[in-house]
Amino acid sequence: METLNFRFNSKPAPPAADPALCGVVGSGNLEILIRPGDAPGVCQVRIKTSARGFGEIWQAVVGAFAADHLAGGTMVEINDMGATPAVVSLRLAQVLAEYRGGVQ
Amino acid sequence: MTRSTRKSWFEATARTRIAGLLDAGSFCEIMPPAESQPSPHLAQLDLPGAFDDGVVIGCGQIEKRPVFVAAQEGQFMGGAVGEIHGAKMVGLLRRAVEEKPAAVVLLIDSGGVRLHEANAGLIAISEIMRAVLDARAAGLPVIALVGGSCGAFGGMGIVAKLCSAIVISEEGRLALSGPEVIETVAGVEEFDARDRALVWRVTGGKHRYLMGDCAALVEDDIPAFRAGAAELLAAWREPEPGIAQLRARQKMLEDRLAAYGDFRDGLQVWAALGVAQPETVPSIDRDSLVALKEGLPT
Amino acid sequence: MNLNDILDSLFPTGHTVSLVNHVITGEAMTAQGKVAVLGTTDAAAIDHAMALALSGFILDTVEKHPGRPLIFMVDTSGQALSRSQELLCLNGSLAHLASCVDLARRQGHRSLSLVTANAVSGGFLSFGLMTDCTYALSDAQVRVMDLRAMSRVTKIAHERLVALAGNSPTFAPGAENYVRMGGIEAIWPAPSAALLERALASVACPPDDRRMQKALERGGRNMAADIAARVQNAKVGT
Repeated sequence: METLNFRFNSKPAPPAADPALCGVVGSGNLEILIRPGDAPGVCQVRIKTSARGFGEIWQAVVGAFAADHLAGGTMVEINDMGATPAVVSLRLAQVLAEYRGGVQ
Repeated sequence: MTRSTRKSWFEATARTRIAGLLDAGSFCEIMPPAESQPSPHLAQLDLPGAFDDGVVIGCGQIEKRPVFVAAQEGQFMGGAVGEIHGAKMVGLLRRAVEEKPAAVVLLIDSGGVRLHEANAGLIAISEIMRAVLDARAAGLPVIALVGGSCGAFGGMGIVAKLCSAIVISEEGRLALSGPEVIETVAGVEEFDARDRALVWRVTGGKHRYLMGDCAALVEDDIPAFRAGAAELLAAWREPEPGIAQLRARQKMLEDRLAAYGDFRDGLQVWAALGVAQPETVPSIDRDSLVALKEGLPT
Repeated sequence: MNLNDILDSLFPTGHTVSLVNHVITGEAMTAQGKVAVLGTTDAAAIDHAMALALSGFILDTVEKHPGRPLIFMVDTSGQALSRSQELLCLNGSLAHLASCVDLARRQGHRSLSLVTANAVSGGFLSFGLMTDCTYALSDAQVRVMDLRAMSRVTKIAHERLVALAGNSPTFAPGAENYVRMGGIEAIWPAPSAALLERALASVACPPDDRRMQKALERGGRNMAADIAARVQNAKVGT
């Protein structure tokens, strides 16, 4: 297992009332938990992944997500069991949509 | 209903099952992911955990009746029970004894003990067993729903049979040892785990329903599980634990062992139960099978 | 140590016990009066017939001898592994046995179990772990699975598991680990009438299941008690 920590600049997301969760820690899949972070212009990311040595790919995939979405002011935690970059991108978009959908 | 309009219980996640089982918007999760920690025992073995440790617990309603639910996530570690997972289920059952909802519903999808935390898992299952019996002794029905990809095996197979009643789908499986374990230890002649049809004739939902080990058989469909659970709850009166019931069960189990103890295939049991064409059982639909069972000699 | 030697040590004033198909049933004298003695021997793989022999004897005891304590001898290698056993829902017969132990406790029969040699998974769950208190002899083997088999199933190197087993009671076989985890009350250096009398005098039935608290006190399972309590006390619905 490998633990990775990143901080990406990202345009602020509207603050949400509740954390959101998406996905399952199953083979080829991952779960993502998103909740308010401590800096409005930053998306903090902590990844625990079963596959070692993919730090650069994670940085590219999550970095692209943070650049393309309003994900500032969030803390994103990922538990991964070998999801492909496509699945990671899909789940990130899903969990952010759910997080913002919870805004009253 | 056609297959294409079904919402498969077998393929759904624990959270999707809960959302479809309970009245819309009624679920309140206890210890949600943001308030919990993945298992440190898995981390010690270099494996990523899940925030909910593979079981989602909380309260909600089924057709306006308040219920507590626990749903195991079969996709995470085979739904197996570790220290946190087990303690969440025990805490929920104990809370139910105090709060007295209409029922506790266990959405079982588990191979049993999580080997990575074997001792903690085994003792946790023993604690779940006692907590189920305590809840039932307090007059609370505990209903098991079995239809996930991991079935109800090992200690969770025992827990399922300690519940007031089981609702199972044709795809559901209920047993103690997995076919793979039996094949590994006793040989492929004893149990060929790759023979899916045989596995279902020995452990599958239709067989368990025909033999009376499960109270209801439903389609592999989330609304069908909801309807099955609602129907059971509406009619269920939890009996006080007493010797008369256990005597009756003892006799039933002894008679059954004497009559069917040498059989090795569901086909033999179904024929002995009075099914005229046992070879058709695997292919007939749920409604026909329920009608067939209701027409069997008693 | 064979079964008779164990029974002689536990019940020096006398015991009448029969052994059929690995199943022990009978009675014995103690300073506190007669007790029912039952269980399994020779590393029995529990099948329907054994489970039903035990459950039937428990029901007989509840009916004929209200309040008589139940002393279980545990020596099981787990559950019988066969297709015919699974065909008839072996988990159902083990659940029935567990229900019978539970009923006896609720009706005031004190109970304890002593692991004399082996206690493994399903067999252990169905009666040994259902009593008020579980004890083990010092050379007893208590486990879910041995480390080699666990290594195959989990795909974690055997050496790694052996190394981790040294400092974690969570997964490695051993009666000591089950004491730390709260599943076993204590280990007896040898079967002894004095230890049995003391244990029998100390059990109250039906007590709350305090195994999580014991595990916390003994540093074996440090999270379970807190998590169960949090679930019980959590505020729901704001």
